[in-house]
Amino acid sequence: MSSPTPASAAHSDAQAPTLTAASLGGQRGDRPLFRALQLTLRPGQIVWLRGRNGRGKTSLLRLLAGLGTPAQGGVLCDGQALPKLPAHWRRRLLYIAHANALKDDLTVAESLQFLGTLHGRTPTAKDVGAALLRLGVERLSHLPVRTLSQGQRRRASLARLALPHPPSIWLLDEPFDALDDEGVQALHELLSAQSRRGGSVLMTSHQAVALRDPVPQMLNLDDFAIAA
Amino acid sequence: MTAGMRLFTFAAPSRFHALAGRFTPWFWLATFGFAVAGLYVGFIVAPVDATQGNAYRIIFLHVPAAWMSMLLYMVMAFWAAIGWAFRAKMASMLARAIAPTGAMFTVLALWSGALWGKPSWGAWWVWDARLTSELILLFLYLGYIALVEAIDDPRRADQAGALLALVGAINVPVIYFSVRWWNTLHQGATISMTAAPKMASTMLTAMLLMTLACWAYAFAVVFTRARAIIVEREQHTAWVSELALAAKGA
Amino acid sequence: MRALFLAVLLRDLRLAARRRIDALLPLVFFVVAISLFPLGVGPEPQTLRHIAPGVVWVCALLATMLSVQHLYAGDQADGSLEQLLLAPQPAVTVAAAKCVAHWLVNGWPLIVAAPLVGVLFDLSGPALRSLVIGLLLGTPVLSLLGGLGAALTLGLRSGGMLLILIVLPLAMPALIFGAGAVSAVESGESAAGHYSLLGALLIATLLGAPLATAAALRISTE
Repeated sequence: MSSPTPASAAHSDAQAPTLTAASLGGQRGDRPLFRALQLTLRPGQIVWLRGRNGRGKTSLLRLLAGLGTPAQGGVLCDGQALPKLPAHWRRRLLYIAHANALKDDLTVAESLQFLGTLHGRTPTAKDVGAALLRLGVERLSHLPVRTLSQGQRRRASLARLALPHPPSIWLLDEPFDALDDEGVQALHELLSAQSRRGGSVLMTSHQAVALRDPVPQMLNLDDFAIAA
Repeated sequence: MTAGMRLFTFAAPSRFHALAGRFTPWFWLATFGFAVAGLYVGFIVAPVDATQGNAYRIIFLHVPAAWMSMLLYMVMAFWAAIGWAFRAKMASMLARAIAPTGAMFTVLALWSGALWGKPSWGAWWVWDARLTSELILLFLYLGYIALVEAIDDPRRADQAGALLALVGAINVPVIYFSVRWWNTLHQGATISMTAAPKMASTMLTAMLLMTLACWAYAFAVVFTRARAIIVEREQHTAWVSELALAAKGA
Repeated sequence: MRALFLAVLLRDLRLAARRRIDALLPLVFFVVAISLFPLGVGPEPQTLRHIAPGVVWVCALLATMLSVQHLYAGDQADGSLEQLLLAPQPAVTVAAAKCVAHWLVNGWPLIVAAPLVGVLFDLSGPALRSLVIGLLLGTPVLSLLGGLGAALTLGLRSGGMLLILIVLPLAMPALIFGAGAVSAVESGESAAGHYSLLGALLIATLLGAPLATAAALRISTE
């Protein structure tokens, strides 16, 4: 599964990296959100980020992904600062936002193909089909995204996680949103597989996360929040 | 980084606010002084021009205004860039304070140019290279002001404004060159603003004094505006609340 | 880097192909706007021939400004822009690819339509050729500058007008050299100087605009 030679960083992630937030401070505009956040995401860990609305969960995820500049502190990937990471290291990080990043006018298969290319992989049509199948939306692959329901779009968007050579670190913002029981189940399977592989996940969710294998650790952003 | 930042203690909005408040009255005084001296030399002492009569005297306002408009754009771009590079809020606020004054000087240069044009060659406006460049400079100013005003997030506004100001600053020579090229090709207006009357020493003195007056004015107005911007943007901080309380009490 | 560039370019072209009417609207605007001038100025052929280069260039400029507004807005709305910026390659690749796509979809129709419109204004053969060459060199500059403006004004309410206000002063040199080339040819002179200047402008913009656009995209998505 994982190649023993770390030099071939193209597809195989030999040892999943550790993501560290060191004294991280976030703000929205001029207003501070949280301060002195310490967080270490180790291989195999699944962390459930909680916190009240407006605390900055999405802002934190975005900072960890490398979007935006923190107000204080920084994010390190295996000890290296995120902005200075070379390209093949950045491939090991995947951020799925609340928005699906699917174009209305493309088919599901085309969208997934494009997203895979964005993340530095080159999925074949078979890979795309297999990924969609795991999320239960394979039969929709030739339909334009605009015809799908919210839940189906979410599944199609999450199918990125089922493409071959998945990234080691997953940062997921409200992944369970709009999913029905079947979708939740499919996502649980993907999360478990990721953890078994030695990859790590940090996700936010308003709904209770019923994952059992492994049981996610909890991180509450309210603990670092700055009182408004 | 913190040690280096300590050098720029005036970079703290509260300190700048206090410092600027102390200096502003002196700048107003300087403005008044230089302006009176400059206008006296320009309108009373300097001789009547052989070809243009008394109408030429408008250059004592036009030329300093034009210089200031160009200079202020560069200064604005400089401070905006500093604010972007070092994440120094104060520098960005200063840039925003400069913009309206720069735009005003541009309008003044254009208006005084028109006032000169009418008696000299009979038209209120002439599309010569200088005036046209001045007009485009006005558009650059307006674009910057409009952009920073349109963005609600102050950090994004600072950064976007800095980028635009820098792009504009780089383009100013390009625009000026292309307008000169355009003007020499279409030989419509052969009269040029650059053909200023031979400079008697008194005229030079007057121009210098008026330039100093414009400089002092710019400082006074920009500092005043900057203080207002600081208070508005830092209204959530403790020192501004204290200031407001003190003002209310007084 | 080439893989990402091609992927983004092909995706944008594919999207434009699926919304053909939307892609052609700026061209329609171009032709309609140009047709207004004879109505406003009068049908006298001498006058029309004289104003033709300027009119064509100004309308090309405005048509480009209108079409470039949507360059990043759609991607931002559905979350694609974030993912594009998260790609391992630098954001310059994305900015460059989008500008090229915009030029192919919106610039080329203008270049093709210009000689037809020029005939309406009774321009001579050499003048028409000069118009096309100028637009060939100038429309990429407009797309690049427009892309920068679109990135800066991303998501703002006043977006459209603000974009035009910001980009027009920067686009004036291209307008001056492009229209000047046609006027030069019309009066029997060589337009070589104009072409060189346009070429230099194109190179400088190619080097600078994608970098500035990438910075603007980061600023706008902070």
